[in-house]
Amino acid sequence: MRLVTGFVGAVVEAWTELRIHRTRVLLSLVGVGIAIAALTLVAALGGMVQQSQTETFERQSGRPALLSINAYNPTTGDAPDAATMRQAFAAAMERYGIDYSSRVSYGQWRIQLPDGVTDASVTAVDADYGTMHRVQLAQGRWFTDRDELRLAPAVIVNEYLWNRIGAPALASHPTLELPGDPGTTAVIVGVTPSPVYDEWPSLYVLETAYEARQAPGDQQLYGPPNYEAWVPPELADQLTGLVQADIGGSLGEGWEASVSRQDYLAWGGDYDPLLPLKLMVGGVAGLILLLGALGLLTISLVTVRYRIREIGIRRSFGATGGRVFFAVMMESVVATFVAGGVGVLAAVLLSRLDVVREYLLQGAQDTPPFPWEAVAIGLGSATVVGALAGLLPALVAVRVKVIDAIRL
Amino acid sequence: MALLRLDGVARSVQLPDLTTLEILRSIDLEVEVGDHLSIVGRSGSGKSTLLNLLGLLDAPTAGRLFFDDVPLERLRGAARDRRRGRDIGFIFQQFNLLPGRTALENVATPLLYAHDRGFWRRERLAAEMLERVGLGDRLHSFPTQLSGGEQQRVAIARALVRGPRLILADEPTGALDVETGARVMALLDDIAEQSGAALITITHDPNVASLARRHYRLDQGVLTAVATASTGVTA
Repeated sequence: MRLVTGFVGAVVEAWTELRIHRTRVLLSLVGVGIAIAALTLVAALGGMVQQSQTETFERQSGRPALLSINAYNPTTGDAPDAATMRQAFAAAMERYGIDYSSRVSYGQWRIQLPDGVTDASVTAVDADYGTMHRVQLAQGRWFTDRDELRLAPAVIVNEYLWNRIGAPALASHPTLELPGDPGTTAVIVGVTPSPVYDEWPSLYVLETAYEARQAPGDQQLYGPPNYEAWVPPELADQLTGLVQADIGGSLGEGWEASVSRQDYLAWGGDYDPLLPLKLMVGGVAGLILLLGALGLLTISLVTVRYRIREIGIRRSFGATGGRVFFAVMMESVVATFVAGGVGVLAAVLLSRLDVVREYLLQGAQDTPPFPWEAVAIGLGSATVVGALAGLLPALVAVRVKVIDAIRL
Repeated sequence: MALLRLDGVARSVQLPDLTTLEILRSIDLEVEVGDHLSIVGRSGSGKSTLLNLLGLLDAPTAGRLFFDDVPLERLRGAARDRRRGRDIGFIFQQFNLLPGRTALENVATPLLYAHDRGFWRRERLAAEMLERVGLGDRLHSFPTQLSGGEQQRVAIARALVRGPRLILADEPTGALDVETGARVMALLDDIAEQSGAALITITHDPNVASLARRHYRLDQGVLTAVATASTGVTA
């Protein structure tokens, strides 16, 4: 009972004190509120930038953990026959229950544009590649297994190429002429966005369609396909060894398989490529908060000296030293908590502005919601800052000599 | 059983030149429940120091002080603070109302330190007490909106709201004119009597002192009983 009444009483005292001195409190808390808003916003935006960066990394090198698999003859350096390797790869994927896998080949195709024939970069993949690499689409859709059955190959072109052919509506099933022997017509099913620097036509095609159009010297020219598997990160090390041994064994004597991680988390071992960003964001936020806390501490210290008489009067009513300490501390904590709440709210509203999100997310696929960690960091920091800023004034308040204070 | 007992209590302080100043000397006093006594003395006679001792705000340097037969030295820190809050009500010369708070909030403030039902019913109890001192229509007035007499009545309500057994009034009419002071003292005397609390009034005003049933004079730290026509010699 005593604990409950003590706590509630201290909060009531703190709230009354804040209400009475609202101008002073408001002035002292403007800094804290802004600091908390900045801290929360920075933490939240840090999360958004991180998401954007993560997705960029994942587009480039695949989502963790992405195993890159190839095989070769250590004596001659030759790659195994494509069909044999495909079979060995498929068998390994099935054996270890790996649901996402893809072949990846790079090459060039001649394409017919309205103003003539030109070369286009081709990335040939399996349908899983889109998920494994978070391929982003500006329009249309990614490949499905049914696209494998098409006689006219499905292609996904970049925005630059799509604009070159007049940006036709995908609902009208636009096509792309592929001259050659034999020539064929591809159907455009999707469009990938082109950054401003992307001024070269490129397209994705399914590996089966790519192989069907491969000329005899193409594999020599562009190399054999790479094989990729997306596995749970916690199993990556174990599966690396197993898949390597499995494919090597399937290919038979004289062949060796090589399996390695290529996703961004594997680039530097334990190195977190986002660490510099996190450190910078954390440093700025900490500095902002420190300045806010110093401002609050100064005002709290000055204020408590003006209240010595009042503290003496309260002691004469039976307020214990502990209660005075807690009440003065609570004033600071309640005030900064409220300021923190306002700051967090401001941060949430700011982060919802389209202009802020677009700038920071840079077209990230998974737009992260306002992170709860940022809210917790904001409110938690506000409370800690309130407690720290209230500590010194509370100590001063406890040391007040009741007799002297009442006589003031 | 005496509510408050002082046995040879003395209070001295050491001055910067290391000499000792004796403020109170060998004071013996017993206060019973329902007592009303006055202590008269000139400025510097040690009245405030004695009040601080009686209010458990200070400790004697010699002698013993008992509250409810419990020696003061057994009441330490928070326990002494809690005993003071529960059993002693202070009325100050300068009212000492908390600025920026209404009369109701001022009177409810001591109940913030209660740990019984009084804590949860503090606003109602405070309003009732203000009614008793005739300020039922000024519940939401701030100290600056009240006259001196009204402020002292708020202070009286605040001192009594927790139902103390001892009321210590330090120059309760010192900041009031004679007429208002008389009315306030009559009210205080009346309410203290109704509640059964002991009332100790420290004053330099003979008119205020005359309302008490027992009279003491404090002179150079020595407390002596004073005989009056109505009571005879008191001790």
